[in-house]
Amino acid sequence: MAQTSAAPNLIDDVEIAVPEQRRPGRMRRMWRHNKYLWLLFLPCLIYYLVFRYAPMFGLVITFKDYNLFKGVWASEWVGFKYYRMFFENPDFFLLMKNTFLLGVYNLAFGFPAPIILALLLNEVRKAAFKRFVQTVSYLPHFISNVIVASMVIMFLSPTGGLINELIQAFGFKPINFMNEPGMFRWIYVISEIWQHIGWETIIYLAALTAVDPQLYEAASIDGASRMRKLWHVTLPGISFAIVITLILNIGSVLEIGFEKVFLMQNPAIYETADIISTYVYRVGMEQGNFSYGAAIDLFMGIISLIFIYTANFISRRVSETSLW
Amino acid sequence: MIAKRFSLFNVVSTVVLLFVVIVTLYPFLHMLAVSLSEDVYVMKNAVTIWPKGLDFGMYELVLGDPKMWTAFRNTVVYTLLGTAIALIVTSMGAYALSRKDMAFQKTFTMLIVFTMFFGGGMIPTFLVVRSLGFVDTIWGMVLPGAVSTWNLILMRTFFAGIPKELEESGRIDGLNDIGIFFRIIVPLSKASFATIALFYAVGLWNNFMFPLLYLRTPDLFPLQVLLRNLVLAGSASSGDVTRIGGDNQIVEESLKYATIMVSSLPILIVYPFIQKYFVKGAMIGAVKG
Repeated sequence: MAQTSAAPNLIDDVEIAVPEQRRPGRMRRMWRHNKYLWLLFLPCLIYYLVFRYAPMFGLVITFKDYNLFKGVWASEWVGFKYYRMFFENPDFFLLMKNTFLLGVYNLAFGFPAPIILALLLNEVRKAAFKRFVQTVSYLPHFISNVIVASMVIMFLSPTGGLINELIQAFGFKPINFMNEPGMFRWIYVISEIWQHIGWETIIYLAALTAVDPQLYEAASIDGASRMRKLWHVTLPGISFAIVITLILNIGSVLEIGFEKVFLMQNPAIYETADIISTYVYRVGMEQGNFSYGAAIDLFMGIISLIFIYTANFISRRVSETSLW
Repeated sequence: MIAKRFSLFNVVSTVVLLFVVIVTLYPFLHMLAVSLSEDVYVMKNAVTIWPKGLDFGMYELVLGDPKMWTAFRNTVVYTLLGTAIALIVTSMGAYALSRKDMAFQKTFTMLIVFTMFFGGGMIPTFLVVRSLGFVDTIWGMVLPGAVSTWNLILMRTFFAGIPKELEESGRIDGLNDIGIFFRIIVPLSKASFATIALFYAVGLWNNFMFPLLYLRTPDLFPLQVLLRNLVLAGSASSGDVTRIGGDNQIVEESLKYATIMVSSLPILIVYPFIQKYFVKGAMIGAVKG
């Protein structure tokens, strides 16, 4: 049975080996070789063309006065009107600053936190305790942003919030955290760390398993203390993972998740909490100014692209580690 | 040995790790305890992590709300259908991409990787979804997120690790590429399918942005939107709250906690059992990605 069905396949192979009648044969052979693979790939290709590339061409509306009823093609061209509108907007610098600072805070505190946790976990001798801490610390990663934002707002509430109860128990006045513009970035960054610190240790713990145990033995024989081993063996051992993660994080510093900021902000703290993506949502989706919103988004997207390109370029020069 | 065990390093690291555990778990235990306590104790702030005067009243309220059930059903439907579609499209695409002998494989890969760095953004994507007629339909929930580039690359890495000899044996038995994929590759990759399915399912279950952008009719709202409306927008059905009596503010707190617990319970319950699949997926990404 197997032999008979193998027969047409052999003929196929022979055909490939014969270079004659190239022009019609090559296309046919390519089709015959690829048609089933292409068929498997087709839904995925359609997805990318429709939901990823069509919107990129839709960016043409940023140069038009887009009107839902006229559609993309019938709307009038307005050139750079909306870009100028954004640059001349008095909130332009504030939005840029807020986005940039929130990203930088997140990078400065959110990036080292999981590395420290991973190093501590790596030193734990009792496997059961290590596994327990890991399992618990991964959990918040799977909790939705709506729930995390709700928890933050409720715990920080000046009336009956968990944190304010604690503050009052020590005899201080309750603080209305979510109405203090100066607090927002800290609250956001702490909630991000709380949510993702455990999950982000995984990449480092994976890298740590690859560190050669002989290096530790050699260091012990040389009389290295635990801290010295940590510094001279463990850290260099995971430096590749650290650099790659750092590039990725620097590159995406401006790509702050929309959901959580949107859910945590309120008009009283817009002066620190309003970032580009939430502004785009308000202007574009709520007020229906599609062209303007999309123009802002595109401007930010290009800056972001420059960021990741530069981060990668510098890293390739300095450490010979890069994404591409 | 004993001297080592009580070294300063060990003490500090154990304290820090215990702190992480407490900070992670305390909020959940507290919410559970408050939502299960009698309002007298809640008002006195006497509840920490153990319910006082066990009272399921809040849960009766939450579960008695038909809006809650509609939202719950919607979320389950979006999650199941979305995961199924995502898994099929992603796995087939990932397998094709893992085959270096596919013509244009490099072009397709570049086409896909580029979208990780640049995209049309929120508004043009909305306009595409709208022009397809998916706004305010279930398709707006399950199709725009059908492929996550990260998951696609993860699966491609899984498939690329399967020995080529297995494909060859399938070919000798007369299977074409589709047959090889469904008869040989899929049965061999059950664990990776489970991992990716879980990633998609959690993403769909927790998704708030898609319904915010693409849904208008309250009957179609998933749990996350209802939760936001109840807990954050403060439109908790105050009529029900006063019926129970007591200090509104505080009772509202336990009602909100009960709502949060009900909607995160499915994940909290299954999480310990499926955790290892998530980690496996993240590990593959860490090593190869």
